[in-house]
Amino acid sequence: MVPNDRKYTREHEWVMIENGIAKLGITDHAQEALGDIVYVELPTVDDEIAIGDSYAVVESVKAVSQVYSQVSGKVVEVNEELDGTPELLNQDAYGQFIAAVEVSEVNESGLLTAEEYEAFLAEEA
Amino acid sequence: METFDNLKKTPLFETHVALGGKIVDFGGWALPVQYSSILDECKAVRERCGLFDVSHMGEVDVYGADAYAFIQKMVTNDVTTMTPGRCRYAIMCYEDGGAVDDVLIYKYADDHYMLIVNAGNTDKDFAWLSEHTFGDVKVVNNSAKWGQLALQGPQHQAVLDAAGFEGEIPMKYYTFNDKMVVAGIPCLVSRTGYTGEDGVELYCAAEDTPRLHAALMEAGKVVDMLPCGLGARDTLRFEASMPLYGHELSKDINPVECDLGFAIKLNKEDFIGIEALRQTRTRKRIGLKLVGKGIARPDAEVLCNGEVVGIVTSGGPAPAVGGNYAMALVSIDADENGKWAVSVRGREIECEFAPMPFYKRK
Repeated sequence: MVPNDRKYTREHEWVMIENGIAKLGITDHAQEALGDIVYVELPTVDDEIAIGDSYAVVESVKAVSQVYSQVSGKVVEVNEELDGTPELLNQDAYGQFIAAVEVSEVNESGLLTAEEYEAFLAEEA
Repeated sequence: METFDNLKKTPLFETHVALGGKIVDFGGWALPVQYSSILDECKAVRERCGLFDVSHMGEVDVYGADAYAFIQKMVTNDVTTMTPGRCRYAIMCYEDGGAVDDVLIYKYADDHYMLIVNAGNTDKDFAWLSEHTFGDVKVVNNSAKWGQLALQGPQHQAVLDAAGFEGEIPMKYYTFNDKMVVAGIPCLVSRTGYTGEDGVELYCAAEDTPRLHAALMEAGKVVDMLPCGLGARDTLRFEASMPLYGHELSKDINPVECDLGFAIKLNKEDFIGIEALRQTRTRKRIGLKLVGKGIARPDAEVLCNGEVVGIVTSGGPAPAVGGNYAMALVSIDADENGKWAVSVRGREIECEFAPMPFYKRK
């Protein structure tokens, strides 16, 4: 159920790196914990983000959640669809990226494999 | 599974867990913020019916020959015109006008009233009332004896019909009948609520609450009723622009500033705080609709014509009307026709002045 084509963080974010571009999103557990998502504050294309930065904010009816990056680099694309239909994150958290970054550095130590993330979820529950 | 051992529980804690409620710490109480989805639960209440556990609310009884005079002294509203079986909203103030709490008064008789108080304020309110008693007045905190359910929505009557009841359901807003039997369980039923929707609140013995809840859940199937959590309750009251203690009203925000004039009778003989409330006020509660993208949360700064004039007290989506709204406490002379904005994470979001309530039932 946790796709093994990408990596995860302990803050319930995912990172998929292909050809030097990292797509960043939040996990199904994150959207479930937040509840109905009603607003996503997206970064802007050309923004420079660094490892550990909060690059987006996801808001549900009652909660505000910062989204952090485990990569550094320049934002090359944002998921504009989330601007008008933030609920897409509830419907398909793994199918919807928030931003894509041209990677200059990756914090490998902050990333978990799908298997490790599943174990982490089991531990947290 | 987390057991929330450090938190207070209503008689329905196990019920909430069994129904898949997402349990949170709400002012020291373990209560569900939602079961399915806050938006779905709000929609159920606006279009059909929703069932809330509000057993955490406090019930304080005032008995005695001087009960009427005592209540008159303690609250902003005038209870002179109340007849037995009526409910009235009022605020209890400190001498400086700040709010101790906002309360709902139930009148049984001249010598017996019941005050419904906010859960987190129950002990404070009970202490405040107790230290001001005079003559023949007895104040008793009966909160632990009661369970309370709110059945809210245009189809609530169909749910009561399906559950079966004896006695007359109060038809007039803000009245109650304390001799009802619903689904075989003795209840006090009042036509009250905190959602801006038609509905009733049912009070029963704490030990009967799980049975009453189960019976109403079963009966609710006829209208596709949903159990609703505190998230929906807050969004619904926000849409209806009802104040929430700790947000729109507090020890630092008096009820005049909160625009609760309808519940403040400055012409009555005396009540605690009356002199302070007669002073010229410096702030007012207003409504804003966010025009730009984003959500204004409590404590966000509010700007009018480029100047900071106050803060957001509650904010978020108003699903029944669409868009994001905020209630704010601002300087009395802020220009309602001015250019409004809220500052969120360093960014200014354009707003327009919005009359309250944001949602009004047809």
